[in-house]
Amino acid sequence: MTAELTRLGASALAEAIASGQSSAEEVTRAHLDRIEAVDEAVHAFLHVSTESALDQARAVDRARALGDAPVSRLAGVPLALKDIVVQAGVPATAGSKILEGWIPPYDATVTRRLVEAGVVILGKTNLDEFAMGSSTENSAYGPTRNPWDLSRIPGGSGGGSAAALAAFEAPLAIGTDTGGSIRQPAAVTGTVGTKPTYGGVSRYGVIALASSLDQVGPCARTVLDTALLHEVIAGHDPLDSTSIPQPVPLVVDAVRRGQADGVAGMRIGVVSQLRGKGYQAGVLESFDAAVATLAAAGADIVEVDCPHFEYALAAYYLILPSECSSNLARFDAMRYGLRVGDDGTASAEEVMSRTRGAGFGAEVKRRIILGTYALSAGYYDAYYGSAQKVRTLIKQDFEKAFTAADVLVSPASPVTAFAIGEKVNDPLAMYLNDLATIPGSLAGIPAMSVPSGIASDTGLPVGLQIMGPALGEERIYRVAAAFESAYVAAHHRSVPDAAPELEVGVR
Amino acid sequence: MTTAQTLAAGLMDYDEAIQTYDPVLGLEVHVELGTVTKMFCGCPTDFGAEPNTQICPICLALPGAMPAVNRTAVEYAIRIGLALNCEIASWCRFARKNYFYPDMPKNFQTSQYDEPIATNGYLDVKIDGQTVRVDIERAHMEEDTGKSTHVGGATGRIHGAEYSLLDYNRAGVPLVEIVTKPIVGTKALAPQVARAYVTALRDLLSSLGVSDVRMDQGSLRCDANVSLTPAGNPLFGTRTETKNVNSLRSVERAVRYEITRQAALLATGTRIVQETRHFDETTGTTSPGRSKETAEDYRYFPEPDLVPLAPEREWVEAIRASLPELPWIRRARMQADWGLTDLQMRDLLASDAVDLVAATVDAGASPAEATSWWSSYLGQQANVRGVALNELPITPAQLAAVIAKVVDGPLNTKIARQVVDGVLAGEGEPDEVIAARGLAVMSDDGALHAAVDEALAAQPAVADKIRSGKLQAVGAIVGAVMKATRGQADAAKVRQLVLSTLGVEG
Amino acid sequence: MSSVLPSEADEPGPTLTRDSVAHLAHLARLELTDAELDLYVDQLSVILHSVAAVSGVVGTKDIEPTSHAVPLTNIFREDVVRPGLSRDAALAGAPSAENGRFRVPQVLGEEQ
Ligand SMILES: [Mg+2]
Ligand SMILES: [Zn+2]
Repeated sequence: MTAELTRLGASALAEAIASGQSSAEEVTRAHLDRIEAVDEAVHAFLHVSTESALDQARAVDRARALGDAPVSRLAGVPLALKDIVVQAGVPATAGSKILEGWIPPYDATVTRRLVEAGVVILGKTNLDEFAMGSSTENSAYGPTRNPWDLSRIPGGSGGGSAAALAAFEAPLAIGTDTGGSIRQPAAVTGTVGTKPTYGGVSRYGVIALASSLDQVGPCARTVLDTALLHEVIAGHDPLDSTSIPQPVPLVVDAVRRGQADGVAGMRIGVVSQLRGKGYQAGVLESFDAAVATLAAAGADIVEVDCPHFEYALAAYYLILPSECSSNLARFDAMRYGLRVGDDGTASAEEVMSRTRGAGFGAEVKRRIILGTYALSAGYYDAYYGSAQKVRTLIKQDFEKAFTAADVLVSPASPVTAFAIGEKVNDPLAMYLNDLATIPGSLAGIPAMSVPSGIASDTGLPVGLQIMGPALGEERIYRVAAAFESAYVAAHHRSVPDAAPELEVGVR
Repeated sequence: MTTAQTLAAGLMDYDEAIQTYDPVLGLEVHVELGTVTKMFCGCPTDFGAEPNTQICPICLALPGAMPAVNRTAVEYAIRIGLALNCEIASWCRFARKNYFYPDMPKNFQTSQYDEPIATNGYLDVKIDGQTVRVDIERAHMEEDTGKSTHVGGATGRIHGAEYSLLDYNRAGVPLVEIVTKPIVGTKALAPQVARAYVTALRDLLSSLGVSDVRMDQGSLRCDANVSLTPAGNPLFGTRTETKNVNSLRSVERAVRYEITRQAALLATGTRIVQETRHFDETTGTTSPGRSKETAEDYRYFPEPDLVPLAPEREWVEAIRASLPELPWIRRARMQADWGLTDLQMRDLLASDAVDLVAATVDAGASPAEATSWWSSYLGQQANVRGVALNELPITPAQLAAVIAKVVDGPLNTKIARQVVDGVLAGEGEPDEVIAARGLAVMSDDGALHAAVDEALAAQPAVADKIRSGKLQAVGAIVGAVMKATRGQADAAKVRQLVLSTLGVEG
Repeated sequence: MSSVLPSEADEPGPTLTRDSVAHLAHLARLELTDAELDLYVDQLSVILHSVAAVSGVVGTKDIEPTSHAVPLTNIFREDVVRPGLSRDAALAGAPSAENGRFRVPQVLGEEQ
């Protein structure tokens, strides 16, 4: 019985709880049991909040017993929170040794909105240290494994959240996406993930990587569940000055429209620059099939040209290190976190250097040094300044493309899940995993990944990236829902439902 | 001291230094704004609170926290810019100034770099009757740091300390930094110009209501840049920047000291090192700050967590329209209105009495009476009590009420002082004091007649003398009446009454 | 190095010396071992070489830089007190505290 609960999606669980068919506590226990059973192998979670999750679930049940209407359409549904979003009283590490043992004294706005919506937070999920990576191998607490093949990476940086969904440890998860950290893990784990328009979801309480790129987003196994979570977390927040002071897009309605009406008459653009060289054959095959499915559903397929995307990765690897070198300066051993080498004779400056040398991993140090260089007097214009101009060119490419197409599509990840250890010593090869997702990050537009199918060459899931213009969330959800419906109709089950059982004994 | 002696002490005689070199000044003043909350968070800015009781995730730079700009701080910055005759940027941004220091939680200061809110202004400074125009380069917004206490060192200073304790209450308090252009051509007056500039700026900021400008509490801080060039040489020499200049007097002393110190070095062919120096209040000297091994590279870039500011013109014009009269213009107007000499005005300024006099005049007193009360009797009372004039427990309105009673007759000056004493002693409003103490000039003619009759009856010989025309004898009767009425009678009136009673022409 | 990144192979790209990496690490307060320094000199030079393409494409063209993806201006907070942290909560995470203050090792250099 409890095993079946973990196979249900968030909307089905919410209905079961609201109707009294299941209790929120039962649902939560089922997921805690599943974590207990499989997480030793998957390692999606860094911290499991058993007690507070059960307390939250019981509060939902009590409210229902009193006859109160559910506080949201997701009341009582469990969720996995990426460990870069703070929750008061629950350890937060950002995947780094430098924050080991730190207990935040405050809630992120996203956390507060989840709690107020009655969403049950199961715990904190693994990630590349400070979200720097595409494989979750950069976590100071060991890698997360891909539930489709435990010898492979789950993508990154939000590999923990994506793996938790694919392993049926949670029906909902929160990710953060700076250059693809929601979309690429979603792609390689066969799950759904959305990076909203920059400023669509508050960043307050989300440990910053690159402030001008970071976005929090919803993750789930279906497009509808993703949309339901999107509406819970999105919206203006005065604590985040970059948050957009506009109403939340009605993405749940858009999903229903996509399911009912499909994509007939919509113009869908295929970006020439986001295919070809660097993309795995099985990925392109799945992508082409997805485009054919959309065409068959009545969409107009158009080819669009975005010539400056070629420079996106280069601009990104200047902007991100620059901002992160400054954002990560606060981890200095003075007020919180790790302190190393305070022997009574060392100066504060020495203790800062020792702590940061010992507490940060290789990728973090690499990017801090690169960013320190790019911002240095005499280099700023050539590097950071030029990168910000490239960003303008990329935005213009998108603006032009969106005059020809309502949404743009591409593979979300150029490759399917690769083996753990395969790229750890080649930073540039690792950076290429975000080839398709970075242009959208630089432009701040909304983009999501939905499973397009299983690659014929590796037998692993492939993600379809759908991009819309700024604040065009409703369009991308509509297309995603239409595609998902068409896929399920053709294959009789969704991609995540095809994920392996992970050899769990019946409980 | 002879020239040789002063040079040996590392200093050149001031007059000689000025004959040989032209000083160039640059003044950077940091003013803490008097907003209720900090620049980027909702923590209070109260001075003197218990350590670490005015902090939050934002000003403590906890992971994930984000800044949000205080609207009032921006308004104050614009106010300052306008009062300094600056152009207000139609579009500007905050920037991050990156450097590591334990009193700065984020390890970057959110400041403004190449896009300050106010640029290109000036402040006219009066000195010895002449006006010196100090050009303002910029005024920009930024945030203050926390405060370190160095423990274990002999002096509580940074050198030799074993460890430090940090209080972040001040971290994030809004600052406006006002930077002058190089001030040239002041020659021997340079130290006085520096002082006069900071004084004028302090008065201006105070009148704008944007800061309490307490130099002793660090809400106004001055860094003085000084360089020397050989007289007549248009190129600037190497400058030093003296910090920790915490009083108006120190501004003057620090500049003067640097001029004599640098002149002595230059005279012996020694190069000036560009460095930060520390002013010592007790010795009046400057000493080098501990120089860093590497030159700082602040790696400025636009603050990505904040959006640009584009102050609407209507807002700026509304602020401009609300600017108060400049303090020196107001002062000149008052001096003229009140008919005071320069000396009298200077005395009022020195005792911080101008605003009190103005308020007393506004409450109906004549400028002469108001000036006289505040500068003499109340000045003495403040002295006796060891408090500032405006700390005396009497309001301008209360004083004006007392003065009105003198003018209208019921009180004479002597009794008025007793009424003021009562107010100062906390006995209530002037009327309450008069009633409670039974003060007031005797206005009851019947009682006064009786007292006069009684005195004449008691001294018939004197009465006869007066009747025979010896008017100098009147004093004895007046004295007796005054004594009988405990001084509450009006002596002139008593005299008149004595004469009329006796039928003698005054 | 992958051929997907724009190549600058014909031009001598920017190179980082061991000294410059050591200087950058000092600016960033990162203590590095000799082995780390050696590794980063190579890796960063490769990365820098490939990202240097941005200055090439931008050239001297007059392009407005994008610092914020979604353009907003004048976002203000009213000057009203918001509850902060208690001192105990603030100091709870501190590596060391004394008398209600954060205790840190001796500070060198002047206050800024
Ligand atoms: Mg400054
Ligand atoms: Zn605060």
